[in-house]
Amino acid sequence: MDFNDTPEEAKFRKKCREWLEKNATYKDESTPQNDDFANANKMKAAKAWQKKKYDAGWAMLHWPKEYGGIGASSMERIIWANEEAKFDVPKGIFEIGLGMCGPVMMEYATEEQKERYLPPMAEGKEIWCQLFSEPSAGSDVAGLRSKAVQDGDKWIINGQKVWTSGAHFSDFGILVVRHDPNLEKHKGMTFFFVDMKSPGIEVKPIKQITGGSSFNEVYFTDVEIPDSQRLGEIGDGWKVAITTLMNERLAVGDAGGADVEDAFRWAKTQDNLGEPLLTNKAARESIADWYCEKSGLKNTKLRTMSALSRGDTPGPEASITKIVSAGKLQDIGNFGIDSLDMAGMLKTDNQDIKGFQNAWLGAPGMRIAGGTDEILRNIIAERVLGLPQDPRADKGVAFKDIPSGNS
Amino acid sequence: MNLDFSDDQKFLQEEARKFLEKEEALNRNRAVLETDDKFDEDLWKKIVDLGWTGIRIPEEYDGLGLGHLELCVIAEELGRFLAPVPFSSSVYLFTEAIINYGTDEIKEDILPKLVSGEIVGTLAVTEDLHAPTKNNINLSYANGKIDGRKIAVPDAGVATHAVVVAKSNKGISLQLVDLSATGITTEHQENIDESRGHFSITFNDVETKLLGDEVSGWELYESLINQAAVLFSYEQIGGSQASLDMAINYAKERYAFGRPIGSYQAIKHKLADMYIALTLAKSNCYYAAWALSTDAADLPSASATARVSATKAYQLCSKENIQTHGGNGFTWEYDCHMFYRRSKLLSLNIGSLSNWREKLVTSLEQSNIN
Repeated sequence: MDFNDTPEEAKFRKKCREWLEKNATYKDESTPQNDDFANANKMKAAKAWQKKKYDAGWAMLHWPKEYGGIGASSMERIIWANEEAKFDVPKGIFEIGLGMCGPVMMEYATEEQKERYLPPMAEGKEIWCQLFSEPSAGSDVAGLRSKAVQDGDKWIINGQKVWTSGAHFSDFGILVVRHDPNLEKHKGMTFFFVDMKSPGIEVKPIKQITGGSSFNEVYFTDVEIPDSQRLGEIGDGWKVAITTLMNERLAVGDAGGADVEDAFRWAKTQDNLGEPLLTNKAARESIADWYCEKSGLKNTKLRTMSALSRGDTPGPEASITKIVSAGKLQDIGNFGIDSLDMAGMLKTDNQDIKGFQNAWLGAPGMRIAGGTDEILRNIIAERVLGLPQDPRADKGVAFKDIPSGNS
Repeated sequence: MNLDFSDDQKFLQEEARKFLEKEEALNRNRAVLETDDKFDEDLWKKIVDLGWTGIRIPEEYDGLGLGHLELCVIAEELGRFLAPVPFSSSVYLFTEAIINYGTDEIKEDILPKLVSGEIVGTLAVTEDLHAPTKNNINLSYANGKIDGRKIAVPDAGVATHAVVVAKSNKGISLQLVDLSATGITTEHQENIDESRGHFSITFNDVETKLLGDEVSGWELYESLINQAAVLFSYEQIGGSQASLDMAINYAKERYAFGRPIGSYQAIKHKLADMYIALTLAKSNCYYAAWALSTDAADLPSASATARVSATKAYQLCSKENIQTHGGNGFTWEYDCHMFYRRSKLLSLNIGSLSNWREKLVTSLEQSNIN
């Protein structure tokens, strides 16, 4: 066991850090972090930072050189991410495009398309979104109903997508739709990428319980997509979508926001019935448990990195990250608000209190986005522990004959 | 970056697993549980012959001179198979105390005999129905002799020697005692996991040898426990894994309403939660093992983190393994209860979950995690 970098890793880390120190400032760890893209200035700042990284080769460092990367290894990619995370830089806009759309384009687009679309994606010039979920296809995303009808060398799309993060500021999107409802559920889907400025696309932001709007409903009315923008064969839509969802799990990862350090710092100073909250037994036990969860996730990541460093494929451990961190986020938010007793209802300018309230209001979304707690537990049980699938009512029948409960 | 055991350490673990499997350690555990035996003497002898009791003992004292990491992988396997032997008492606690605090003379006397199996040790600290603290140790030490009573001492019926926490007018100290000395009465105390006997020991003016000094015994004890917590945690994750594996196998084979119970999400999610708790604990154990093997500055928080998460994982996995087995899980015949019992023994032997949480937060306050 050794926590030190190999000499090559250390050299690479130094290179990352030197560039970051020159181009950004370190985070102030004693204040809560806040990512809010509601205003245009922050979007501008995010784009500028992405461009700066792109010009220096850091934007998508594991991509091949011809698409704007530097052909870095997985380990180098992690080292970069570790180092970048120490700096106060914008995030939260490009992750879906770069983390999910990019890999699909890389695998299924033509060479010409890759040259056209990947570099501007990496540069932050063009933003991408992912159009999968539908009103009647959430956890069961393969239950989607938006229609694609082939018409010569193009396709006509009709239907509705939902929970589409960033659709309101995206230039392109990846899209999976049903081309034949007479086929079995998983066989009747086809995958495309689409210009979000196409006639017939209407984006309506959804107001969330946080009050913000980071995702949208997207309506398709007779939207035309050239057949050349199909990714994979006709009928391979599910296979292509799975590639994306696998990447989604890696991209979503940690639920950011108030964490055990914030709860600890707060408990040291917040008075509770005449004593610092940190002297309260229940508070101490909660903090101990959150600390164990946080360390457990961090050390699990280090084990994953160790596997990568050796050139092995990481095990399934990473699948637990979102379940654990989203639940912890919710509990810590709740802890902080409760510590104010009746006054916990009030919105204030105090950054810590804001952090707890944002955590509490935002955590329900984290427990759902990118695979609900329940779906993730199914995945662990079936793919990691090898338990049998539930009996299914949607196997071996034409999609149109599957009970849907709403028609 | 390499948060993993070396190939040699993995090989050692594999060999340990094969050995304990071949020796049917689980059945031996049941046998001890069902008879008046307080440990499995034959298995213990074989373990001594394999050299495991001398893993950490330097070669000059006939040991293998290996590190804590080797001990961690052995601990995980002993935990997985519920080996009914006094390994944790003798190796993680007693032997480590001698290595860390013994004078050269004591080391020369004791360590080779721990390797050969002539000596088996344990640690005696508790005196009444409370967690031991600096302030409730009353067993007295004066003029080279101790006087008083310890209770709930694991494996004391097997042990030839003990490290005893005592109090003199100067402070708390650790005392090395030969349990065959005159003035000692050892009595079996019924406990909830009889595969590892617990005993009271009464000392009536018994001669001892001092480990360390007469003042800082409590700090030495705490430091010993912080180290041992990592090894106990490895036994705990071994037992957690075994409990989870049992539950998975049963859920695949047991049918209800025409399908395997493992196809129901109520069972799947339960087992997924066991897996999550175990994964967090295991990862924390890896870090703590590294901290232990390098004597890192953050060992107190690292070991407490491993200990809290391993205790939680084993308690969850062992109780939900019973639940997954339904009525069968509640029978004496099925093995589930043996893991349930051992999870409690391991979680109490060096202090309860709640007190380890407290230790963790205290260490965070001292290191100031911000």
